[in-house]
Amino acid sequence: MVDAPVLHGRNLAALRGERLIFAGIGFALERGGLLKLTGRNGAGKSTLIRMIAGLVAPFTGSLLWNGAEVGLDREGFLADLIYAGHQDGLKTALTATENLDLFARLRGTSDRDAVAALESFGIAELADLPVRYMSAGQRRRVSLARLRMTPARLWLLDEPLTALDVGAITQLGRVVDAHRNAGGMVIAATHADLPGEAGDVLEIVPPADADMDDGMEDAW
Amino acid sequence: MSRIFLMLIRRDLLLARKQGGGSLLSITFFVLVVSLFPLGVGPAPETLERIAAGTIWVAALLSVLLSLDRMFQADLEDGSLDQLALLPLPLSLVVLAKTIAHWLTTGLPLTLAAPLLGLLMQLSPDAYGALIAAMLLGTPILSLIGAIGAALTVGVRRGGVLLTLIVTPLYIPVLIFGVSAAEAAAQGFSYSAHMLFLSAILSGAIVIAPIAAAWALKLALD
Repeated sequence: MVDAPVLHGRNLAALRGERLIFAGIGFALERGGLLKLTGRNGAGKSTLIRMIAGLVAPFTGSLLWNGAEVGLDREGFLADLIYAGHQDGLKTALTATENLDLFARLRGTSDRDAVAALESFGIAELADLPVRYMSAGQRRRVSLARLRMTPARLWLLDEPLTALDVGAITQLGRVVDAHRNAGGMVIAATHADLPGEAGDVLEIVPPADADMDDGMEDAW
Repeated sequence: MSRIFLMLIRRDLLLARKQGGGSLLSITFFVLVVSLFPLGVGPAPETLERIAAGTIWVAALLSVLLSLDRMFQADLEDGSLDQLALLPLPLSLVVLAKTIAHWLTTGLPLTLAAPLLGLLMQLSPDAYGALIAAMLLGTPILSLIGAIGAALTVGVRRGGVLLTLIVTPLYIPVLIFGVSAAEAAAQGFSYSAHMLFLSAILSGAIVIAPIAAAWALKLALD
């Protein structure tokens, strides 16, 4: 059982309107694993991440969590997942600490220390500052500090390095490594290299017939 | 699960307090609109008494409409809606929690302000009980139906007008039963039938509206 993949995606495809974004995507993620999604702009990295989170319904394929279809115990799966998307998802009227505490309490945990979480991204001194007064990079750090606020095992990171400076990228690498060493799993869509231990890479390429469609449009 | 549900209501109340605006704006709008009527139609008590309940209800309805468009939009814009959709709680219950918070910050204060406006509008003394009871039952319906409209128009730029067009026709039954309850009471009749109708609409809306709004939100997130 130890070697069985914890998260298993099989033959996933995404349809946007009438356009097939990607098809036949499969992956397996084991305890402590990191999966890096690459691919050109518009290849569907964000879509795949949102699909794994369940925000986008897959056109075909299935997603297995601990060997069972995710849909069977969706709430159990969601309780074990953190999604850090393009947008920070922070409330600008609240302070960094309030945002983090709210995030944790909504997921039923209240024993994590928000200041310690901020400290691991080097912004403990901003703990009581309303997010409204923060720069994009600082907001990003607060948003990433949420990863430390719950015991969720699966982290879905969509372009986590956006707006981060070199120091913050190193800190994120450290947090990701610590999470993986504790048995956690990370899926990250990113162009740049994520520091820390290497993981698997999944390149999302457009399906063959989609290219043909492009060609036909050109010909017309 | 119920802990997360209560936490969600507290979250929206906290945000309403910190961000300000919403609640106070609706109440001010409510008071202002109603106070225009004595100025517009003249202060003759019998005229005002005749239109009191209707005026208060229409103004309350418009105030609720005014507050609806931010119900989910603020959360969509900053990405919080994704996070809410990923809570280990069905999205329909997330919607219900947000709707309850919306009612606590608009419908309830409107109901509490209504008796004062009744004084201004020369409302018949016998009608106060019916007006307040009907508003207590009716304003949650306004929030619930409004949630469907707000969810349907959440991704639409400048969706406020569209939202008004969708929601206003659905508010008509509440308006009819709400106003006629107060009028029946003013004429000394029993208004329990109106209350029963409002309760029936409320019971239906509590079940249907969160599910419908959750479906609409899923479309917006997809």
